[in-house]
Amino acid sequence: MSWLAGLSAALLAVGLYLTWFVVPPDYQQGETVRIMYIHVPAAWLGVFFYGAMTLSAIGTLVWRHPLADVAQRAAAPIGAAFTLICLVTGSLWGKPMWGTYWVWDARLTSMLVLFLIYCGIIALWRTIEDPNRAARAIAILTLVGAVNLPIIKFSVNWWSTLHQPASIMRMGGSAIDPSMLYPLLEMIFAFTLLGVTLHLYAMRTEIFRRRVRVLTIREAERLDSGAASVAMVKPARSMPVGQGA
Amino acid sequence: MMDLGPHAGFIVGAYAFTALVVGGLVAAALLDQRAQKRALAVFEARTGERRS
Repeated sequence: MSWLAGLSAALLAVGLYLTWFVVPPDYQQGETVRIMYIHVPAAWLGVFFYGAMTLSAIGTLVWRHPLADVAQRAAAPIGAAFTLICLVTGSLWGKPMWGTYWVWDARLTSMLVLFLIYCGIIALWRTIEDPNRAARAIAILTLVGAVNLPIIKFSVNWWSTLHQPASIMRMGGSAIDPSMLYPLLEMIFAFTLLGVTLHLYAMRTEIFRRRVRVLTIREAERLDSGAASVAMVKPARSMPVGQGA
Repeated sequence: MMDLGPHAGFIVGAYAFTALVVGGLVAAALLDQRAQKRALAVFEARTGERRS
């Protein structure tokens, strides 16, 4: 795990160096284009973790695999955090470029909906105490929320939006100049590796948490049965002399 | 110092917010795992059970 964390940190350092010292300013946006190198990877991770959660939800509902639920639970806060980064950096990029922090544009709104779904899932987890019951409820909610993923992807094609259309993965190749595209791809790779590292780490923590819960319940049951056996013994001791025979 | 032009505040603000959130994620992950490990160690010490 530590080598994965080290590799993530090294790739992030290289990406930040390229972003700040190598990448040229955009001919229209000037230096503001540097926000793209954190905004796009964050947006990608927000969608990526929801996709991973959707696959885990299928694993929970179809195969009832406990690790699928662990993976889903560990992914939610990470996905929510990166979606929040995407929204805030997009807003800070929008103000100087569009003249506004926010518009109810299809892409922006569908990303906000994604963030709200993440928050709903995290809140539901905190509401239902039994992990097995929570797993099924959250898996269903996650699958319902997955409808939003194609809406996010194709919103810029389906509706006339202020947000630019797809410029990296599109028919006819990327619209971004290689001097900006490769550093952007490097940052996307570095963010993905960081996200995966955090996810694996959080999965391990979740397994520990569940073991602590099982041990706590076992201990409570042991104490409970101990108290019950003491209660059974006590009346016999306090029975008046002569009444037993 | 690099000249970021008239929108420097937006650029620096975006990077600072990202650093804050990513730093928070890393710190929360480390602290949470430490707390769970500590709780498990307490149980293991009490019951003699080993982590599998």
